[in-house]
Amino acid sequence: MGRFVVRRILQAIPVLIGVTFLIFYLVFALKGDPIQALAGEKRADPNVAAMLREQYHLNDPKIVQYWHYITGVFTGDLGTTYTGRPISEIVSERFPVTLKLALTAFGIEAVLGITAGIFAALKKGKFIDNLVLISTLVLISIPVFVLGSVLQLELGVKVGITPVAGIDDGWPNSYILPAFVLASTSMAYIARLTRASMMESIRADYVRTAIAKGLPRRRVIGIHTLRNSLIPVVTFLGMDLGALMGGAIITERLFNLPGIGGQLAKSVYLRERPVVVGLVTLLVLIYLVANLVVDLLYAVLDPRIRYE
Amino acid sequence: MSEKTIEKTAPAEGAVSDKATAAEEKAAARQASLIRDGWEILRKRPMFYISAFVIVILLALAIAPGLFTSRSPFSDGFCQLQNSLNPPSSGHMFGYDVQGCDIYTRSVFGTRNSIIVGVVTALATTALGGLLGIIAGLRGGWVDTILSRVTEVFFALPLIVGALLIMSIVGGGDAWSVSLIMAVLGWPQVFRIMRGEVIANKHNDYVMAAKALGADTTRIAFRHILPNTLAPVIVVTTMNLGVYISAEAALSYLGIGIQHPNISWGLMISDATDRFLTSPHALLFPAAVLSITVLAFIMLGDVVRDAFDPKMR
Amino acid sequence: MTTIEKTAGVPAPRSESDSTPLLEVRDLHVEFHTRDGIAKAVNGVNYTVSAGETLAVLGESGSGKSVTAQAIMGILDMPPGRIPQGEILFRGQDMLKMSGEERRKIRGQKIAMIFQDALSSLNPVLSVGYQLGEMFRVHQGASRKEAKAKAIELMDKVKIPAASARVNDYPHQFSGGMRQRIMIAMALALEPDLIIADEPTTALDVTVQAQVMDLLAELQREYQMGLILITHDLGVVADVADKIAVMYAGRIVETAPVHELYKRPAHPYTRGLLDSIPRLDQKGQELYAIKGLPPNLLKVPAGCAFNPRCPKADDICRTDAPALHQVTERDGSELTGRGSACHFWKETIHG
Repeated sequence: MGRFVVRRILQAIPVLIGVTFLIFYLVFALKGDPIQALAGEKRADPNVAAMLREQYHLNDPKIVQYWHYITGVFTGDLGTTYTGRPISEIVSERFPVTLKLALTAFGIEAVLGITAGIFAALKKGKFIDNLVLISTLVLISIPVFVLGSVLQLELGVKVGITPVAGIDDGWPNSYILPAFVLASTSMAYIARLTRASMMESIRADYVRTAIAKGLPRRRVIGIHTLRNSLIPVVTFLGMDLGALMGGAIITERLFNLPGIGGQLAKSVYLRERPVVVGLVTLLVLIYLVANLVVDLLYAVLDPRIRYE
Repeated sequence: MSEKTIEKTAPAEGAVSDKATAAEEKAAARQASLIRDGWEILRKRPMFYISAFVIVILLALAIAPGLFTSRSPFSDGFCQLQNSLNPPSSGHMFGYDVQGCDIYTRSVFGTRNSIIVGVVTALATTALGGLLGIIAGLRGGWVDTILSRVTEVFFALPLIVGALLIMSIVGGGDAWSVSLIMAVLGWPQVFRIMRGEVIANKHNDYVMAAKALGADTTRIAFRHILPNTLAPVIVVTTMNLGVYISAEAALSYLGIGIQHPNISWGLMISDATDRFLTSPHALLFPAAVLSITVLAFIMLGDVVRDAFDPKMR
Repeated sequence: MTTIEKTAGVPAPRSESDSTPLLEVRDLHVEFHTRDGIAKAVNGVNYTVSAGETLAVLGESGSGKSVTAQAIMGILDMPPGRIPQGEILFRGQDMLKMSGEERRKIRGQKIAMIFQDALSSLNPVLSVGYQLGEMFRVHQGASRKEAKAKAIELMDKVKIPAASARVNDYPHQFSGGMRQRIMIAMALALEPDLIIADEPTTALDVTVQAQVMDLLAELQREYQMGLILITHDLGVVADVADKIAVMYAGRIVETAPVHELYKRPAHPYTRGLLDSIPRLDQKGQELYAIKGLPPNLLKVPAGCAFNPRCPKADDICRTDAPALHQVTERDGSELTGRGSACHFWKETIHG
């Protein structure tokens, strides 16, 4: 098990380097002079500009700049903005909002999606199954920002059971609706995936054995079917945490939540390169960690993996 | 003993080339029957006809929007500010948007961009991901290692974040540039499926048999492996049509997709959000059109998967 | 394969004091409703098994031998499967009339089953100790600890080396033969009255096959269990079975005590099966094969289902389905336990 963990961590490192390198290049290909952008409309003082360029290694070749950057990341230093504000400060201010949003969404999609999928599979062809199939189809088809707007209007404005926007009501009140909206598409996919996977494993030989052993149905399903069915679902969930952090950009804008997503969009617009790189690196790191956790969970669920 | 009841085995010294052809015909026949069976299943599903019907209408809208409306959103005087946000009325069944433009006409003319994005992105990701997937799967070794690592990098980068970055570099877009960006970010998904299928098929008995009978590598790739990987790739491509149409709308909504003066449903929705609470019609009509379009393609993907994915049978 | 000549070492059927057989299948029919129509998998099967007795059910795939077993176990997929007619009496009680809960209590405790492919039949994500111990936990309310101890005991019983060290291992960590032993241990766990073994050795290497079969036979003798051995391998049958039922297209076409069947088959299909066994004393000659293919269960041929492949087929075979006739000697004296569903059984057995 220990070796498995170490190997997976080692495998994640090239991906991390690859992604940050890609982001770094993309970001620094952004048009416009950041120092000039900082000065706004008026012309930047050439002396100050030169000093800033020196300070941010802007005169060095890209690869050296990348080196300065990545060594910083590994020592926990995400750098500073051109105005001198540490990016870690922005992160610590904004990140909790996005994290709360994404984790709430993650919980909603896992619990509701898996439950719906199980019920649909067990009642194949019955009312519940059709209900799940149709409602998931609809959820997948309605774009998140449309669903969000409509729910915001109906629940927030008309009925008034959820805050319309902002985070003034704190967790969970301010987060439930945005998290549900953020989770909607994935939730539908998870329900369908669980259903399909469950229906496949319920036909497996070992389930037939379990029935032949005279086990009660609850045990046949709960112990002999469910765990095997969840293996692909767990994989999806792991991949999805990264997508949720990305999807938060839309939800945060829609519900006016002060999270990473809004900051990222703003920073791209303002050409705040270090902020963009810092935030994206963070998102990628979270994705990689989530995947690592999933791989470990995978090994717990499926003993065949551990010994490969 | 059942094995013994089958007739005597053929003499060993049969012409090798004959047998290779026979094996190929068998593989081709299996493929043909897979597609025929799939078609048989499709024909019996009402959902297939519903989605096909909607998609035919959408294609008509995309190809000849002029048939569906007498106005043109690009003509002078199309938008009259005094009509701003007027609700639906006769002759303007979707009402007017903030700029005083007729929403119905703009919705009709927006179809083309959505369809272009959906079709072009789905085909481009399939072509790029499929080709690289075949190469990685067949060649294996360092080629596979490098390509697989590259896809992991792309997987780690959420679509919206990647698009946000690229769009800020290359600047505003039309349907083609948005398709291109999404294809660049989206191909690893098809790559993974294709690579997995190729590797799985590479070790199948019939490929081994073809190899043993002396078929060369290209022949094996094109006659034996490729046809057997088609079903899952067709399925994922069909499903992606709806997914990418929805993604374009999301990017345009965020202002990093299709830009004015091009028409995009996502952009129309974005423009309507600020006044959504007072004039919901400006948002709801394009949203409905978009949702129905995505639904039609997702439904098509769904029935195609049921019909062609052997694992679902 | 020299099994045909072999006669010694087979336990005689033990007669029970009471006359009710352990299991009696009466006129069982099973059909499957598919997209293409109704497949009649079992069409009126009758057989009995007593305690300590081994019945071998022989037939090609699709002959209905496994479906019959699944119907007895109550593990048929219904739908698409359906039992339109028939009785399955366990100690005189019709199991088809029992409630789901009553049947569940019989499964595993009274009647257990061993499946062909142990790798896919054991749950890959649960340790073998857990899967064995589960029997005691569910049926006897044993604690986790007791269950584990009993699991180890069982593994010892089926001669798995280092049982206590391997109890927490997973199925994929065992060899094929060891996995099949675990399947056997699981079936034996609660010392059931009847075991149904569905091709228990087909997936194994030949050398391991004999070991596993010997183990099964030994344990059967020890516990005095009834055994239904489903197989397509005539070689396996000769060593362990007391009587044989040969199935074709969902019907029993011949029944006989095991060695009589080998000596004098009374059905052309059985004869064909025996003739298609390679024999050392006929080396160099062309091997006999039954011509044609097994019947399509959606369209079983009219009359005798075997008629399109039968060398003896006559007009009557294409119109009338033969009943299972009592087989007699030339002089008319009854041969106990022998039956043949062939219009020409006399010609077949007496040449």
